[in-house]
Amino acid sequence: MEISMMAILSQLMLGLNNGVFYALLSLGLAVIFGLLNIVNFAHGALYMLGAFAALLGYSELGPLLGKPDFHINYWAALILVPLLVGAVGILIEKTMLKRLYRFDHLYGLLLTFGISLILQGVFTNYFNVAGTPYDAKPPILEGVANLGFMMFPRYRLWAIAISLVVCFATWYVIERTKLGSYLRAGTENPELVKAFGINVPLMITLTYGYGVALAAFAGVVAAPIYSVSPVMGSEIIITVFAVVVIGGMGSIMGAIVTGLLLGMVEGVTKVVYPPASNTVIFFIMVIVLLIKPAGLFGREQQ
Amino acid sequence: MKARYWVCLFIIGCLAPFLIYPVFVMQLLCFALFACSFNLLLGYTGLLSFGHAAFFGSAAYLAGYLMTVAGLTPELAILAGTVCAGLLGYLFGTLAIKRQGIYFAMITLALAQIVYFIALKADFTGGEDGLQDIPRGKLFGLINLETTYRIGHKSLELNLYFFIFILFCLAFWLIHRTIHSPFGQVLKGIRENEQRAVSLGYRVERFKLLAFVISASLTGTAGAMKALVLQLASLTDVSWHTSGEVILMTLLGGLGTVLGPSVGAITVVTLQEKLSAAGSWVTVIIGAIFVVCVLAFRRGFVGELGRLLKKSL
Repeated sequence: MEISMMAILSQLMLGLNNGVFYALLSLGLAVIFGLLNIVNFAHGALYMLGAFAALLGYSELGPLLGKPDFHINYWAALILVPLLVGAVGILIEKTMLKRLYRFDHLYGLLLTFGISLILQGVFTNYFNVAGTPYDAKPPILEGVANLGFMMFPRYRLWAIAISLVVCFATWYVIERTKLGSYLRAGTENPELVKAFGINVPLMITLTYGYGVALAAFAGVVAAPIYSVSPVMGSEIIITVFAVVVIGGMGSIMGAIVTGLLLGMVEGVTKVVYPPASNTVIFFIMVIVLLIKPAGLFGREQQ
Repeated sequence: MKARYWVCLFIIGCLAPFLIYPVFVMQLLCFALFACSFNLLLGYTGLLSFGHAAFFGSAAYLAGYLMTVAGLTPELAILAGTVCAGLLGYLFGTLAIKRQGIYFAMITLALAQIVYFIALKADFTGGEDGLQDIPRGKLFGLINLETTYRIGHKSLELNLYFFIFILFCLAFWLIHRTIHSPFGQVLKGIRENEQRAVSLGYRVERFKLLAFVISASLTGTAGAMKALVLQLASLTDVSWHTSGEVILMTLLGGLGTVLGPSVGAITVVTLQEKLSAAGSWVTVIIGAIFVVCVLAFRRGFVGELGRLLKKSL
């Protein structure tokens, strides 16, 4: 079987493009898991909410306010939507998740599962499952760029670049700053950190808000690429769970690197053996579980 | 529970098809068995599987396929579905028990997704359409399960009903025996304190795996029964929504109670039936019940009732 180098390279780039979304989402999951010890099942739904917020801000908000010319453009959405959805996250944490810390961590997973069903159900009721295109791509990101070895859509390049910047900025803040050191200490021993006079409950709330904002950010960046659909979140979240199992949730860098790599593996599979492209990540998960059960970057559990 | 209560429930089960649409009662029984098998794992062993739809659905597909194409009799098709789900459970279990708690849930979910994609792509599953009009055939090659009896204005599928009902009772009894056997006591011990069970010398992984396989097999029985009753095996049966629903049934009825899962299954399936006109609002309502249940009602119906009566139900 002859497979051209070009095809592989172009699928690598497209795979990297998917990979940055895996990275953003698994990073958010890892940050939340570190401090709250829950797996946020609603992550996919909040990613979907981010994409819809961008879409509606552009096309529906103006008419709703009686000013048909009023649009939230892409750049504004990139900032506003994560803030808005992050606030929704804070609300969820303050009103619901907070009550569950005393109980088994599985209840957190079940609660967020319920929330994701609610969000998905509401949007399915008003929007087409097949998806609505978001066509407010800024003019500067239209068209294709010549990478030397291939032509690649400018917007996708931007999506890769900005997502990588956000991922590594998050890594920097958590691993290299004082604020991040509080966070890491809180992950290790919240009681002790509390004893030092640090407001741990506030830190937990803000961490959850930030993780959720990351998901919403991914949603906005993804909106012009994929069509915005009520099921986009549930489709991606299960793959992201597999990514998280492969990488282990113990490390921030692990979450980012695993996400990027698996996106590319998925891309290459599309060329080499297309029928497996949907499942290759799950099969890799099986192999990793057999060889290194704690995950590539995970610490062995006690 | 005392014997006379069981007799009462048995009599209610025998009378039900004369009072309510029999196919609906059978559907309730299938999902009740599904939830009971699931409860063996979550309620008594403390393992949250988010992939039980894989066992339910694959058994439904296999039983449906064998009855349609190979012309197998229903009891053999159900047996095949059960064995298939058990083997799949062994496979899932071996992989998933390598990790604990939340990871266990995520791994089972991801593994079930492989089964979903296979069901979507493979030839024998009928893709998006699923398997439709599965013939009910003759039990042991003798008793025609299609036969209906006219009673008053209604025609009732009594042969099929009593086959399904007896099968449900047997499976329920098996689960009940498992829970109250020494093996079941060890499972509860693992749920309460795994470290302690290890230090007492129990090979915890083996117990967990066996519980997982039993639960998966009986889930397969439920799935194959469902294919026989509704004459349909579809992608819904293997989707993560179904995995979520069985968790809700078990939680709503009462985790770790004998009757809870059945009560939960009856509630959820009835709700879906009554609300089927509401379209995707059903998902919203199911989600809302989930949230309320987790926040304020963790013992479930039967658990709360048991607490009021100070009895273990």
